[in-house]
Amino acid sequence: MAEPAALSDVDTRTAGLAVSLRGVTKVYDSGVMALGPLDLDVRQGEFVSLLGPSGCGKSTALRLIAGLSAPTSGSVGISKPAGQAHPGHSIGFVFQEPTLMPWTSVRENVRLPLKLAQAPATEASARVAEALTLVGLTEFADAYPRELSGGMKMRVSLARALVTDPDILLMDEPFAALDEITRFRLNNDLLSLWRNLRKTVIFVTHSVFESVYLSQRVIVMTSRPGRISAEFRIDTTEPRGEDFRTSADYAGYCRKVSGALAPSHPGKPG
Amino acid sequence: MSSLQTPPLSAGQGAPESSAVRLVRILLPIIVLAAGVAIWELVVRVNEIPPYVLPGPGAVFETLVNDWPVLSQSLVVTLLTTLEGFVAAAFGGVALALLFNQSKWLEYSLFPYAVILQVTPVIAIAPLLLIYLPQQTAVIVCAWIVGFFPVLSNTTLGLNSVDRNLAGLFRLYGASRMQTLRYLKLPSALPFILGGLRIAGGLSLIGAVVAEIAAGSAGAGSGLAYRIVESGYRLNIARMFAALLLLSAAGIVIYVLLALTSHMVLRRWHESALGKEN
Repeated sequence: MAEPAALSDVDTRTAGLAVSLRGVTKVYDSGVMALGPLDLDVRQGEFVSLLGPSGCGKSTALRLIAGLSAPTSGSVGISKPAGQAHPGHSIGFVFQEPTLMPWTSVRENVRLPLKLAQAPATEASARVAEALTLVGLTEFADAYPRELSGGMKMRVSLARALVTDPDILLMDEPFAALDEITRFRLNNDLLSLWRNLRKTVIFVTHSVFESVYLSQRVIVMTSRPGRISAEFRIDTTEPRGEDFRTSADYAGYCRKVSGALAPSHPGKPG
Repeated sequence: MSSLQTPPLSAGQGAPESSAVRLVRILLPIIVLAAGVAIWELVVRVNEIPPYVLPGPGAVFETLVNDWPVLSQSLVVTLLTTLEGFVAAAFGGVALALLFNQSKWLEYSLFPYAVILQVTPVIAIAPLLLIYLPQQTAVIVCAWIVGFFPVLSNTTLGLNSVDRNLAGLFRLYGASRMQTLRYLKLPSALPFILGGLRIAGGLSLIGAVVAEIAAGSAGAGSGLAYRIVESGYRLNIARMFAALLLLSAAGIVIYVLLALTSHMVLRRWHESALGKEN
């Protein structure tokens, strides 16, 4: 039984919680209830997916965790490890779009968070180089975003999120706009980054297959207002790879998760 | 791909052109010019029109060469006025837009007056300015009044067109107001600012000319527009044409210089300056 061992390894090493939401709601100015009430705990080092149809509030939840918008009620708790001066450093955010500055090079894009934190230049350069190595873009450091493919832009975005060495990585449907081949490759790269760096990852997606493939825990959300309707632990042999993608195990989980999504489809009340 | 590409003077970027089509595009306007000049000369000769009514192009060119000492001096005067007005418009427009962007109150209080200044014809304002200001200053102020508004409105548009996700990213990393301005808003607004400057360049020349005509005084510091008015009084029509030719050339040079600058600055990243390979 290799799989529980791998999981409990994470459990013992990181007992604490990285993110904790309590009774969080979000009501937009228009009066639309977008979210909640929502309770969610994410352990440190855990890989969690928020899965649901568009408009179910999963991106809203992510933006609340990032502090990009404030909850209407409830509390959002983020663990801040001691010795970190800038709170912004503990979170890395990857948007659905690559969200790069088109007017400057890949290197400067990745350097941005450090520049905003006024990190010393030499240290910043070293960390930028390191982040670019992590995502395999070292030789494209001087290219401009428009010269890159969609997948490469997403890698730059990922490098930028990693450059501050955050504890929590928030990803908002990062690979949704990519073709399947590129997406699969980035899925594998993300998994290996997660294995090596042991970040807490909260991954928003509307793809059942992606969520099952990547995460330790899949949280299914329903829309209007966004709530958690089901939760699945994906226990399987680690590390995962292309074998897992074609395994019966994987297909079984996908079926179960898809089944949980079905009731939230339009046509059925509630 | 030739590296010496002319900057896109028109906004439209068509389908890839063959070199033959390019040649035609360059040649056609030249042929039209040559034909126009030839017809002009012909009409003047055949009808024996006296030069104080309509001089032929030959006579205009002759005047241009003979009067070059006077005309070149006037050209320098007008160009300097234009340049000063343009620089004032550029800095004034951008600075005002930045102020408006930082403070909504300031924008609400002052923006209507910027619009009023813009919609009131400058030729009507010029005589008043000439009463209260020294002539040279008044002329520059006129050039500034006409030129600053496109810079202001374009920069404002640019500062408000920042990518929302990028703005969120800056907030996430705790960027200060100055950092957001310097690393996000200004670079985002740059294409818009350059567009505004392109318009302002031509308008500054117009402002300078209008003010010179309104000022209408003689002396060492008189510009091309004044030369035109003066030559009109003296029925020196050839010199009027020559001065007009210089003004037109100055306008073209200003536009091309600004378009080229814009192209050079934006060519690595902005859609408007990208080549046709995409």
